[in-house]
Amino acid sequence: MAGPREKFDNPVVEWIDSRLPLFTMIQKEYGVFPTPRNFNYFWSFGGMAMLTLVIMILSGVFLAMSYVPHADMAFNSVERIVRDVNFGWLLRSIHMNGASMFFIVVYIHMFRGLYYGSYKAPREILWMLGVAIFLLMMATAFIGYVLPWSQMSGWGATVITSLFSAVPLVGDGIVTWLWGGFSVGNPTLNRFFALHFLLPFVIAGVVALHVWALHITGSNNPLGIEPKKKDDTIPFHPYYTIKDSLAIVVFMIVYAAIVFFYPDIFVHADHFVEFNALVTPAQIVPEWYFLPFYAILRAFTFDIGLFGTVLLSAKLQGVIAMFGSIIVLFFLPFMDRSPVRSARFRPLYRIALILLVVDLFILGYVGAQHAEEPYITIGQLATAYYFAFFFVIIPLLNKFEKPKPLPNSISEAVLSK
Amino acid sequence: MNIRHTIFKVLILGLCVAFTAPAQAAGDAKHPIDVKWQHDGWFGTFDQASLQRGFQVYRQVCAACHSMDLVAYRNLMDLGYTDQQVRTIASEYTFEAGPNDEGEMFERPGVPADRFKNPYPNKKAAAYANGGALPPDLSLIVKARHYNEDYIYSLLTGYREAPADVTMPSGMYYNDYFPGHKISMAPPLMEGVVMYEDGTEATVEQMAKDVTTFLAWTSDPHKVERNETGIKVLIFLIVFLLIMIGVKRKVWKDLDH
Repeated sequence: MAGPREKFDNPVVEWIDSRLPLFTMIQKEYGVFPTPRNFNYFWSFGGMAMLTLVIMILSGVFLAMSYVPHADMAFNSVERIVRDVNFGWLLRSIHMNGASMFFIVVYIHMFRGLYYGSYKAPREILWMLGVAIFLLMMATAFIGYVLPWSQMSGWGATVITSLFSAVPLVGDGIVTWLWGGFSVGNPTLNRFFALHFLLPFVIAGVVALHVWALHITGSNNPLGIEPKKKDDTIPFHPYYTIKDSLAIVVFMIVYAAIVFFYPDIFVHADHFVEFNALVTPAQIVPEWYFLPFYAILRAFTFDIGLFGTVLLSAKLQGVIAMFGSIIVLFFLPFMDRSPVRSARFRPLYRIALILLVVDLFILGYVGAQHAEEPYITIGQLATAYYFAFFFVIIPLLNKFEKPKPLPNSISEAVLSK
Repeated sequence: MNIRHTIFKVLILGLCVAFTAPAQAAGDAKHPIDVKWQHDGWFGTFDQASLQRGFQVYRQVCAACHSMDLVAYRNLMDLGYTDQQVRTIASEYTFEAGPNDEGEMFERPGVPADRFKNPYPNKKAAAYANGGALPPDLSLIVKARHYNEDYIYSLLTGYREAPADVTMPSGMYYNDYFPGHKISMAPPLMEGVVMYEDGTEATVEQMAKDVTTFLAWTSDPHKVERNETGIKVLIFLIVFLLIMIGVKRKVWKDLDH
């Protein structure tokens, strides 16, 4: 922060700024910050995600004031919030549906990054921090879903924590350690509540790093070429503050329509039945945003062994694949060697990526079905495509794809239209 | 109103139909009847007369076996009962209280702050009295079943003689809409099982409709308040959006893009 600092006219602002240059920083990073002039509305989803995180933390803190993290009282305490706490019904609906909105926004944000090659040099760390946020979000959402202590909460927690039993030798020990007992019970609920309160602040910390990294490299843009001339960029304020605000109002309309008119649209009916460790629901389904990964988990159906010894059980393969399907995103910047970022100029990558999106919808659909034919085969084929995208298609594109010619500069491309 | 309702639902569902569509557990149960409820939709409100009749059905029929732990007598004010009526209703039940200064438990009449009296002292007693099948708590039953109100109404009206090729174990009853068709709950509604205070004829369909309306309210007591607030919020946001569109155009006007 050293270096010449412009003086502010307001003496109070100047007094503070000469001691802690907050105003200079805001001016630099959100006022005059040079931003490519050609963003489309895909670039508004980062701001939306940030806003959703703030909404989730605020509504969550107020919910926590009336929630009781005890196996005998948790379910009824949530209902008490809905029925008796002033505007409790609103807080709960905002928080519960906010989780789904958060994932919708972040999935679109990630698609934007993939489509326009925002993960490529020099933005690798920016991208990897984003993947870390995504992983933390998944953990937070899963843990949060357990807190209302419904049938889906308790049984979902049982299924997901039991995945760790696939770890050779120490698996069962890990599961007992996670549960704090020999089944999902009160100690599990207690620690999950503590973690659900903690993790959002960890997310906020990584978001700060994510934004920091963004402000070092500057934003990518739909053409995927770096700004070169002064004409290529515009100040962040007022152009993008206004554009992002407009996008946020549209987002709020969709969010409000769900909160006020369809509060249970994302929720399974068994989420309104209190957890009973003796009654297994007919079907245990995770929240919609986990379904593609759930389908990958279930795509592995036979053990791999040698001379009658199981080396890699189907369960362990599924667990490795499920975690691998997200871990692979960390390495994407180093796997994709194409010098061209934007899919606009990469005809084959563009097709492969759109197919990947279709593939994820298929996986999501399969994840919601019972494990029976034809869904098992469809799920296996879709899983195969998911990994082929990263391990076959991208290396092939590195070798054989011929990108279209890039424009000379952003301003030239924009102004010639 | 219904068109908007439908369009919105299609849009949202289209987005995530694959994800939220629940696979129905027992595929052989009939699809529930599509009933038109007065409280359906963005502007729907509960039919107060039907709510009061439904409460009467609940009190005289369902409450013999089913608990309703999340609803208090004071909540009945929402159905249009006066404070005095609610006090009277609550006082018809006795609750155990205490211990008093001598350490003894004692019985007292109910007050509006009490939750609905549970017909059984505990879940074990409830299951034992019903041949091992625990009657579920009804507070959230409409939300806790796929197809919500429609399913509850269909179930209550869906009892019939078992087909010739189906053998029914004793204590089980045949129902078109129950997964697996064999339900432990005896047909609860018979023509005239309650005498409506307002003189409405107590047919099975009428009672099923009334009690389901009542159960829809117990599942979602803030439904009307939520919708009314939602309309205000949406009007505000849409006006805000129009202003933002104008502001954005003005700010971006001088820039070629």
